[in-house]
Amino acid sequence: MAADYRPMWTELGMDLKAHDALLDALGKAYQDVFLSQKVRPEGMSYLDFVMSEVHGLRIKELNDARATGRKVVGTFCVFVPEEIVLAADAICVGLCAGAEFGFEEAEKLLPRNTCGLIKSAFGFKLTKVCPYTQSSDMVVGETTCDGKKKAYEIFKDIQPNVYIMEIPQMKNTADRQLFASEYWRFKEAVEKLTGVTITAERLKKAIITVNNKRKALHRLALLRATDPAPISGLDSLLINQVAFYDDPVRFTGAINKICDELEGRIKQNSGVAPKHTPRVLISGCPMSVPNWKLPLVIETSGAVIVGEESCVGERGQRNLVDEKPHTIEGEMEALIDRYFKIDCAVFTPNQDRTDHIISMAKEYKADGVIHYALQFCSPYTVESYLVEKELAKHGIPMLKIETDYSMEDVGQLKTRIEAFIETFRQPAWSH
Amino acid sequence: MVSLGIDIGSRTIKVAVLEDGHLKFSHVSDSSYDPMAIAHKLLEGLEYDSITATGYGRHNFKAHFDCPVISEIKAFGQGALFFFPETAAILDIGGQDTKTILLDASGRVSKFEMNDRCAAGTGRFMEIMANALHYTMTEFGKVARTAKSAEKISSMCTVFAESEVVSLINSGADREGVALGIHEAIASRALTMLGKLGDFKNLVFAGGVAYNPCMRQILAERLGIPILVPVDPQIVGAVGAALEGVGRLAS
Repeated sequence: MAADYRPMWTELGMDLKAHDALLDALGKAYQDVFLSQKVRPEGMSYLDFVMSEVHGLRIKELNDARATGRKVVGTFCVFVPEEIVLAADAICVGLCAGAEFGFEEAEKLLPRNTCGLIKSAFGFKLTKVCPYTQSSDMVVGETTCDGKKKAYEIFKDIQPNVYIMEIPQMKNTADRQLFASEYWRFKEAVEKLTGVTITAERLKKAIITVNNKRKALHRLALLRATDPAPISGLDSLLINQVAFYDDPVRFTGAINKICDELEGRIKQNSGVAPKHTPRVLISGCPMSVPNWKLPLVIETSGAVIVGEESCVGERGQRNLVDEKPHTIEGEMEALIDRYFKIDCAVFTPNQDRTDHIISMAKEYKADGVIHYALQFCSPYTVESYLVEKELAKHGIPMLKIETDYSMEDVGQLKTRIEAFIETFRQPAWSH
Repeated sequence: MVSLGIDIGSRTIKVAVLEDGHLKFSHVSDSSYDPMAIAHKLLEGLEYDSITATGYGRHNFKAHFDCPVISEIKAFGQGALFFFPETAAILDIGGQDTKTILLDASGRVSKFEMNDRCAAGTGRFMEIMANALHYTMTEFGKVARTAKSAEKISSMCTVFAESEVVSLINSGADREGVALGIHEAIASRALTMLGKLGDFKNLVFAGGVAYNPCMRQILAERLGIPILVPVDPQIVGAVGAALEGVGRLAS
């Protein structure tokens, strides 16, 4: 790291010793997982830079903005509308929840059988190693599952200004009304936090900014339908992860540049793996930085990942907000329309998600789907049964993986994933 | 042409040699603390045109011997078909894991299940329970069949089950009944994993636990279909790996 950020981290109330240990582990993991890959797109150097400065330069940007009176809003979920935050001239960032860090501390407050994502968010906060949480003027929690919902009651004791947004569990008219009123309430809360009135003009600008970011990600997703795959699943996941941290306009430019490069690759028929390499679609729980375990096992077992049906991926980014309305009411309606379509497993019934997995598997020509559920995540572990059954009707094989952030099951995961990949395109047995 | 398959398991290493489609040689040895040294020793003096590895230690073996590897699932699928061409499903209870595999009518793997993480209900579990009751593995499967009724073992965690066994004995339960209870607990777990595969018309039972007559009997009774056990159930994975080499030599 070039600059000395230690004074800034100290000022943010971080534990420098623990933070050094985290950065050291993160740096090594990044080296092993990403920099060791072959034929990476040159444009990924932008992501390498962002990741090398993820706790440095980006945090400085946030705090420079805060010094001028702007606010930072931290989130854990794709139901939090970034557009409203941006429209109030605030900055929206995803918070750290992807590593087994500070679990001993977290387990003093939470039951052991709490999912890794929640435990990790607590662990980062309690050990004072997440500069994003430390820089957040407001942290938005949502009622997307019982674990999160109840955990935020405890999180309020250790994090100032936690705002809770209610997310309904069904998609009927009454649910949409609740959802809409929660979006209006959030708009008011953000206005109060920032002192900025969100006008139609401001919201329109924010909608266009976020739509452009999503368009770049959609463009990337579609390019991956090509065989040979022009980019690895690991790099694509990283792009989707960084989408939660980076400045949206700068990020959009960098991703479009990568897409230009990938189009060049496709024209030359070149990719990250030979043509006919087995293709896998990942579906399930979100993977936040630095949760790269499963994709790493998959892509070092002879397959390439061609899509992520995940909040950190297509579930979180698909669908745009209609840009036509020009009144604040119209824009809010368009925003609510877009977000209410998110097919998170907390909804019942949730047929949309299964339909989307099937259409993704077909569109990206996946040989099979690996369903990833975080241990103790009831919505996704339970839903996986129905997903598997529906996929079977369409002749799409599925492997169910239930795991956490620890490395103890990597050997067994590797066996199961290799075996699953071997089942693609098998010849009949001849004796 | 001669093809050798090696299955590096957590408890034992198995070698099988196929020559012109016939099983010419096989050997089973303990993995010990240095499986690669054992593997070197096992291969000494053997001649072969191709070698293929499978099992828990396959990637470690590949690093030493630079040979192709296949997963245990594929190896057991192919190995079972070698012994029984009519194979519909496979149960392998090995030292550290339990696998169930469903084959389609053309012998392709269509579904499989594996236990994750812990050794509950595996061969190692059975060994520790037999030990707790002071039986050898050979005695264990025999005496369990003589029990009048089974004691209920409710814990599948090796550590907790061991203390459960001790407390059952202390509370006056008969040893044979406890032995049968352990067999039933292991069988129930395997049956749950088999249940996830759907329906099948016969089952090849592989892995060291397939030597156990009581396990074979419980499975046959509960499933009501033929249970097929190879002469040496431990070498099914090694034979499957050797067959992979045969395919490679032919193409």
